[in-house]
Amino acid sequence: MTRDFLLAFARNKGAVIGLAIVAVIILMAVFADVLYPQDPWDMVGLPFAPPMTDGMLMGSDMLGRDIAAGIVHGARVSLLIGLTSTLAAVFIGVLIGAIAGYYGGWLGDLLMRFTELFQTIPNFVLVVVIVAIFTPSLTSIVTAIALVSWAPLARLVRGEVLSLRSREFVQAAVTCGQSNGTIIVKQILPNCLSPIIVSASLMVATAILLESSLSFLGLGDPNAMSWGFMVGSARTVLRQAWWMSFFPGVAILVTVLGLNLIGEGLNDAFNPRLRRKRTA
Amino acid sequence: MPPMLQFLLSRLVKAVLVLGVVVILNFLLIHAAPGDPATVMAGEAGAADQAFVDQLRTQFGLDQPLYVQLGTYVGHIVQGDLGFSFRQQRPVADLLLERLPATVVLTLSAFVLALVGGVALGLLAALNVGKWADSAITVVALLSYATPIYWVGLMLVLVFSVNLGWLPAFGYETIGAGYSGVEKLADIGSHMFLPVVTLGLFYMAVYTRMMRASALEVASMDFVKTARAKGQTEWNIVTRHVLRNAILPILTVAGIQAGQLIGGSILVESVFAWPGLGRLTFDAVLQRDYQVLLGVFFVTSVLVIAFNILTDLLYVLIDPRVEITT
Repeated sequence: MTRDFLLAFARNKGAVIGLAIVAVIILMAVFADVLYPQDPWDMVGLPFAPPMTDGMLMGSDMLGRDIAAGIVHGARVSLLIGLTSTLAAVFIGVLIGAIAGYYGGWLGDLLMRFTELFQTIPNFVLVVVIVAIFTPSLTSIVTAIALVSWAPLARLVRGEVLSLRSREFVQAAVTCGQSNGTIIVKQILPNCLSPIIVSASLMVATAILLESSLSFLGLGDPNAMSWGFMVGSARTVLRQAWWMSFFPGVAILVTVLGLNLIGEGLNDAFNPRLRRKRTA
Repeated sequence: MPPMLQFLLSRLVKAVLVLGVVVILNFLLIHAAPGDPATVMAGEAGAADQAFVDQLRTQFGLDQPLYVQLGTYVGHIVQGDLGFSFRQQRPVADLLLERLPATVVLTLSAFVLALVGGVALGLLAALNVGKWADSAITVVALLSYATPIYWVGLMLVLVFSVNLGWLPAFGYETIGAGYSGVEKLADIGSHMFLPVVTLGLFYMAVYTRMMRASALEVASMDFVKTARAKGQTEWNIVTRHVLRNAILPILTVAGIQAGQLIGGSILVESVFAWPGLGRLTFDAVLQRDYQVLLGVFFVTSVLVIAFNILTDLLYVLIDPRVEITT
C-alpha cells in the first residue's frame, strides 16, 4: 500500500515539482541565519538599489534593506503561521466533524448549523477584525486564521465519519464494548486520514495566503519580516522600484503553488481509481 | 403559499439567524478587546480624564450587566444604528451606506466575470482534454489560483498603467475631468477594468478547475451518449446537455465562496483606491477604528447572504428539476 502510494505520488510530475519547491522553501527557512546572518531589518546598502547591484541579488528597499534577506527570513513566518494555524484548524475541524458525524441527532444538527454559519460569514473580514482588535501578533494571527479555516474540514470529516460508522468493523468494535471515544479515535479516524491530509496540505497554502494578505494590510506581526509586509510597504514606490514588491510576491506565489501541487498529488495518489477515470 | 414567497421567507429566517450570530460575535469582540470600551472611546474622542470616562460609561450603559448591554446593542442595530466613528466624526451606518454601492458594483462584476470566464474556459479545457489548449488553461488556472490577489493587482498596475499607460491605476473616475453621459460611463469603466479583472481572476481559476472536472464527468454519462446516438449536433450536446448539468456544482461552490469574494474585495479596493467598503476597512485598520470594522463585518455578512440567494435563484433557473424550497 505504502509502496504503491509512493509510486503513484512519484509518477505525478506536478506533485514532485511541488515537493521540490516546498523542500527548497523549508531549507531556506531553516538556514536563513546561515544564508543571511544579518538582521533582515538592518540597512545593508544604498536605498532603492536595483537588483544585481550593490552586491544584492534582488536589490534593496526604501531603507536599504536587502530584499533577498527579507525573502529568506520571511519564509520562516509564512511556514510557521501556515503550519500552526492549519494544525489548530485541523484539530477543531476533526473534533467537531467527528462528533457531529458519530453522534448525529440534534447535537450533530446543531454542530453542522454552527459550521455552516462559519462558512457563510466573510472569512477575511472576520480575520481582519479579530487581528485588528486583539493587536497583531503571531498568536492573534494564528488564532484568527484557524477560526475561519476549520469549517470546510468539519463538513468533510462529518461526511466520512457518517459513512464509516455503519460499517461492520465499527459495529464489531461496538459489540466488543469499546467506548465511543476509542471507536472514534482508533477505528474511524485512521480510516478517514487520507482526505484529512489532502485538505490539510491545501489549508497550509490558504493560511499562507491569508497571512500574507494580513501583513499586506499592515496587520502582520510587527517583529517578524514577512513577504506580505514587504509587498505592502513597497506598493507606494511601485512606479520607481518594481523589484521591491515583485520578488516577495513571487515567493508567495511559488510557495502556495508548491503546496497546492503536493495537495493534488496526494489526492490523486490516495484515490487511484478517480485518477484513472480522470485521465481516461 | 406560492413557492417563491415560501423560498424568500425561509431565506429571510436564515438570514436573520446568521445576522443574529454576527451581531453577537461583534458584541463579544468589543468586550473581549483589550482595554475597557469606555477608555478606548474616550481615547478615540481625544479626551481621557476620569470624569469623561465615567460619563461615557453611564451614557453607553457600560455599568449595566452584560446581557442588558447585549439587548441595548441589538436594539440599536435593529434601528440601523451601527455606532459612531469618532475618527471620522460620523455615524458608522452613514459611512457604510456611502461606500456600499462601489463594492457591490465591483464584486458583482468580478463575480459575473469569474463565473462566465471560468465556465467557458473549464468547458473548453474539458472538450480538448489532453490537447495543448487544455494544458495551457490548466497551467494558467493553477498559477492564478496560487497568486496573492493584491500582488496581481500591483503587477497589473505596473504593466498596464505604469509601463503601457493604457488604463488608470487608481480611483473611481478622473477627478476634475467633468465628463458626463457616455464619456463618464467610459471613464468609470476604464477605472473599473483592472480591479474587476484582479478580483475576478482568482475565482475564475477556481471555477475553471471545477468546471473542467465537472464537464469531464458529465460528458461520460449515458444521457450524453443517448443524445449523440440520436444524432444531435455536437454544439447542441455541449450546450444543452453537458454545460447545463456540469454548471450546477460550480454554482453551489460559487454561493459558498461568496464570502471570500467579498473579503477579496477589501484587498483589491485598497490596491486600487476604489472608494468602497474595502478601502474604508483599510483606513479603519490604519486608524484602529473598531466601530467601523465591526460595521463592515456586519454589512459584508448581509452582502454574502444576498449573494447566496442570488446563486440559489440562478440554480433554479438553470435546473428546472430543482424547486425553490428550503
